[in-house]
Amino acid sequence: MIIAERKPLAEIMDMVQDAKRILILGCRGCVTVCSAGGEREVEILASLIRLGKQKAGQPVVTIEATLVRQCDKEYIDSIDQWDGQYDAIVSMACGVGVNFIANLRPMARVYPGVNTSSFGGSAEQGVWSEQCAGCGNCILHLTGGLCPVARCAKSLMNGPCGGSVGGRCEIHQDVPCIWQSIHDKLVRIDKADDLAVIAPIRDWSTAGHGGPRKTVRNDLAL
Amino acid sequence: MPFTPNIQAFCCHYTSQQTLAEGPEGLQADGFPQSVTIHRLVCTGKLEVSTLLKAFEDGADGVYVTGCPLDKCHNLMGSQRAAKRVAAIKKALAELGVEPERIEMYHLERGFHPAFVKAAQEMDERITTLGPSPFRGGAK
Repeated sequence: MIIAERKPLAEIMDMVQDAKRILILGCRGCVTVCSAGGEREVEILASLIRLGKQKAGQPVVTIEATLVRQCDKEYIDSIDQWDGQYDAIVSMACGVGVNFIANLRPMARVYPGVNTSSFGGSAEQGVWSEQCAGCGNCILHLTGGLCPVARCAKSLMNGPCGGSVGGRCEIHQDVPCIWQSIHDKLVRIDKADDLAVIAPIRDWSTAGHGGPRKTVRNDLAL
Repeated sequence: MPFTPNIQAFCCHYTSQQTLAEGPEGLQADGFPQSVTIHRLVCTGKLEVSTLLKAFEDGADGVYVTGCPLDKCHNLMGSQRAAKRVAAIKKALAELGVEPERIEMYHLERGFHPAFVKAAQEMDERITTLGPSPFRGGAK
């Protein structure tokens, strides 16, 4: 899922400083699962914004809502029910949601309520770790299912850098050296020979280095 | 004009059990400050961040929570969860430029004991010193 975290409150208060009516919009997708922008977080942020405005002596009206998703036009269309009732939208979805609202409602002032961090999973309660970089050219079949693009600090493709000690990355002792893990995994599944295959110079154009990416599925298009 | 604080206390069933059995007069006789309004909960683990924030929105100058000792919660982790929520609000208050001490978490033994009254007295004294909540009466 996409991992996000609420922005510092001061930053949000600064964004909405001249708004008197604010639509705070959550998303029931990834940000609900990682407790950053679901219904509960919308309720909390709305309360904090009201308190911040109360302290500043500025009257404010908040509308709280949570869409099924903010990355589909159909769901974005539902915000029209609040037309004329808000000066600004604080979207608590990932950056995709903020962009979608900005794309589809050119006149709306939309602000991000969260920082979108990574594609990750819940390692344990309250802890999420990056697992995928969304690079557009998956090589997990060669690395025992463990991603060196996302999980190696240097995104190395042909083994460790030489800085790892005791299976830990040189950038931080908390970070496992993913190439050590890949080695161990390939040995365990009897695929150690894969380590001898030299990865060619990588074409990063699928990773966004060639501009914004677009996926087209003609079989699904109308 | 002397300031009488509005303090909202959220107390779990166990920490407030016997003390509340005395009734308001009994509590008062023990020295429980009149500025504190008690809300009883089955467990502080049930307490939502939004409930505590709403207390401030509704005019509280101070808010506190009493739950079981960290390692002896009747519901195992309820008071630990409450403590984390109180800590989150302390951080948010600081971000808004408001004294984080306006909210506090107390871990108390269950049953009748002076600590329940002492926590209320401590908050009463603290909030009286801090003065009215900066959230109160700002909006026009």
